[in-house]
Amino acid sequence: MEVGTEVNSILPLLAVMVSAAVVPILASSRSANVREAWTFVAAFGKVGIVLAMLPHVLRGDKLSFEIAPVFPGVSLAFRVDAMGELFALVSSFLWIVTSAYSIGYMRGLKEHGQTRYYSYFALAMSSTMGVAFSANLLTLYVFYELLSFATYPLVTHHQDEEGRSAGRRYLTYIVGGSIGLVLPAMLVCYGSSQTLDFTPGGILANSGLSRFELGLLLFMFVFGFAKAAIMPFHSWLPAAMVAPTPVSALLHAVAVVKVGVFSILRVLGWVFGVALLGNVELGWLVGFVASGTIIGASLVALTQDGLKRMLAYSTIGQLSYIILAGTLNSGFAWKGALLHIAMHALGKITLFFCAGAIYVATKKERISEMGGIGRRMPLTMSVFLVGALCVIGLPPTGGFISKWFLCLGSLEIGQIWPVVVLLTSSVLSAAYLIPVVYKGFFGTGPDIQGEGMKEAPVWCLVPMTVSAAGCIASFFFPGLFLGLAEIIVRG
Amino acid sequence: MTSHLPALVVTVPLLTAFAAFAAGWLRPKLCFPVGLTGLGITAISSIWLLAEVLEAGTVTYELGRWPAPWGIVYVVDRLNGVVLAAISLCAFIQWISSRASVKSQFSDRIGAFYGLELLFVTGVMGITVTGDAFNLYVLLEIASITAYALIAMGGGRAPLSSLNYVFMGTIGACFYLLGVGYLYIMTGSLNMADLASILRGMRSSQAILVAFVIIIVGVWLKMGFFPLHGWLPNAYTHAPWPATTLIAPLMTKVMAYVMMRLVLFLFGPEYSFGVLGLKDVVVWWASLAVVAGSVIALSQKDLKRMITCIILIEIAYMVGGTFLGNRSGTTGAIFHLVNDVFMTLCVFLAVSSLAFRQRELDMDTMEGLFSEMPFTMGALVTGALSIVGVPPTCGFFSKWLLLKGALEAGHYEFMVALILSSLVCLVLFFRVFEAAYFDHGERSHGHHRMREAPLGMVVPLLVVAIGIVALGLMSGEVISSIIEPALPRGVL
Repeated sequence: MEVGTEVNSILPLLAVMVSAAVVPILASSRSANVREAWTFVAAFGKVGIVLAMLPHVLRGDKLSFEIAPVFPGVSLAFRVDAMGELFALVSSFLWIVTSAYSIGYMRGLKEHGQTRYYSYFALAMSSTMGVAFSANLLTLYVFYELLSFATYPLVTHHQDEEGRSAGRRYLTYIVGGSIGLVLPAMLVCYGSSQTLDFTPGGILANSGLSRFELGLLLFMFVFGFAKAAIMPFHSWLPAAMVAPTPVSALLHAVAVVKVGVFSILRVLGWVFGVALLGNVELGWLVGFVASGTIIGASLVALTQDGLKRMLAYSTIGQLSYIILAGTLNSGFAWKGALLHIAMHALGKITLFFCAGAIYVATKKERISEMGGIGRRMPLTMSVFLVGALCVIGLPPTGGFISKWFLCLGSLEIGQIWPVVVLLTSSVLSAAYLIPVVYKGFFGTGPDIQGEGMKEAPVWCLVPMTVSAAGCIASFFFPGLFLGLAEIIVRG
Repeated sequence: MTSHLPALVVTVPLLTAFAAFAAGWLRPKLCFPVGLTGLGITAISSIWLLAEVLEAGTVTYELGRWPAPWGIVYVVDRLNGVVLAAISLCAFIQWISSRASVKSQFSDRIGAFYGLELLFVTGVMGITVTGDAFNLYVLLEIASITAYALIAMGGGRAPLSSLNYVFMGTIGACFYLLGVGYLYIMTGSLNMADLASILRGMRSSQAILVAFVIIIVGVWLKMGFFPLHGWLPNAYTHAPWPATTLIAPLMTKVMAYVMMRLVLFLFGPEYSFGVLGLKDVVVWWASLAVVAGSVIALSQKDLKRMITCIILIEIAYMVGGTFLGNRSGTTGAIFHLVNDVFMTLCVFLAVSSLAFRQRELDMDTMEGLFSEMPFTMGALVTGALSIVGVPPTCGFFSKWLLLKGALEAGHYEFMVALILSSLVCLVLFFRVFEAAYFDHGERSHGHHRMREAPLGMVVPLLVVAIGIVALGLMSGEVISSIIEPALPRGVL
């Protein structure tokens, strides 16, 4: 996997810090416009820095930066490879979109505590970048934990009873998992191989651990990174839907949950190594759990009436696609996994934006109340359709491409069952997403009829159109993502 | 001048204490600046001393030029050098921060209170710096008696709690003295280095075994190690705030240092871990103590009492880490000691600021504290995360080493206890944060006005909070250049 050279560069640190640096300004600004302007400065700055790293990464170089040595053989350090760059690119770009959307949503609903909201959002983005660029497991763990705590005030934004119980569940699963499972697993890794640096081929390859011990470690990591919401450690995610919709959109469809998946991919590919997983026949175990999650979550999604909760269950299923693919020893599957990080992000954020727009315009959260809403909010519903296609995996959206590679991957290694799981899940996603669109355009609702068109504020509409356009554009021009995925898979 | 540094770190607070007493009679206003200067000099000297030790190795100072082993010597190596620096800094910061609350609570007895505080600092600095087993006892009594007095200065149930502490503390000190007596009878020496070399030839002696056991039990009693902790929660909870914020971070930690000094240097790792064969039992016991401390802390309703009970958990970490007997465990225990001085200081100072603004610290009256006192709460969150062990705060890194030591030693029960207690601390603190963050009843956002504690409290608190993170980021440097070389050779 390693071609190209190591380049020392401060860019990764800057990309991480740019959003944390504006937090004092955000927190102390008196005018809302100034505050949002600074958010955009940080968001564009972040994308700028991430883009500045892109040419290096595409050349196959790695940008590294050491913050501080903390233990013998382990430092807090960044090392940008193609996978980190891909994730950083997607999440930093979508942060701009979400910031714009936040203005429409938060002002439209006259939410309280917006200063706190923007500040913690910026902190959460810093932590996400930190995870993306981590050079070793310890650094990843540091930023993973920071992200957990930075997101807590966002999940519990409404400061009510519901928020309290969602916050409790959130911390119990996520911090409980990271301290209770990941921390000891990390220690065992360090103890058996004296390093935590991500190594292509895995740091545990020559550790001499028995198959049972490896299996135990693997499950401690996979379940411990509870942000990936693998069943049965998933129930924090639907609960976290009490957060304002932009939080659900960016954090609970892109940043936070993908950080979980990203961490697991790092563990599968760079701590264990796909070859080792295959040799000791452990990969399929994780794949089995992931498949169960895919089907289970899709079935639960069918039964949901709350639109955001349904999307949350859909996310749980889609995240496990990536984990399932990560366990397969196939270049195509890994390509599909990496692409799916980007494609699902675009599709799901679009769907959440729509859910939020409907809420801002009509205060409706339940699918059963949304009959006929497409006639009132035609743009929103059309955008919803695009997002839905992307999540189901149909052309002309990017979701099709990632799913295509996932299926190719399992065929490449002669496995049929992953294909069956993926296709079943696609059918199920269609079954829960398409009716929303259908009823929206052709159904009737009690108090929607007789009113004219009334869309959400323009600050909501533009961002969701942009992300929907992204879904389509990534179908026709997947070159950049494919290129990055290619670099990871090569070698 | 620099050759007198080991004596200065004790004599400066001692002389300042008398100056503060005097100022209390003549000009109470001068008490604060006098003590500030004294503690400032002490802190600077300690840091200077640490730098000297890092550069030139162990510093020995003969009091009155009486050579060892007849005279009393002060010996500073890396281990107590770093402890000295930590506790003198802690005392200095606490001094600044407690000004407002001392003024409001002890306006009539300001000289007495400040004088006692400085004497207490004299005692703990002396305990840390001395290389003489009997001199340690004397200084221990200075620190303890001033602590009793400081605690008793609080109203209500404070005198009773202090009396309880007097009984228990005296028993502990007597145990220690008795053990030192045994050692003196067997060896004819009180100098620690001298004792260590003589004891090396007396490994099989039953009398030495008895001495070891009663000394350690005495020290554990003073540390508040479960189940000898009975005095601690009441004493620290009922003490007046400015006394608690000084005693809580220092006293138990200094006693933990004494334990490490005795176990690792005076008796030596071969004896303590090898010959005795007690180390596994102690680690098991420490694991039990961690769990017991967690349960006790969970059952508390009062915030001050809760953070007091967390000390029980931290102390058990240090005992367990020391007795793991391997490099990681011992390094972790020493590093945790240093970290815990600042973590405890941070949490206690933060809660004392809350208490300063708001007399009652009930869970019901805490609503809106994040908007009202954002900086104090921010520091409390930082301290809490460090106690839970969330990186990049320093508490994570020492806990990591402790866990690693436990893993290497095969003491999985200690690992489980450590992780369990981390999660318990998370619950403990988030209960508080929830009470402060969420609304009770009707939605009432925005009616909370900011009313931070005075700057004199907030600034030192923020310095400590930032320090906790900085110490965490510097942990690699601190461990490799100070703590690892501080270990005796016998620790593998």
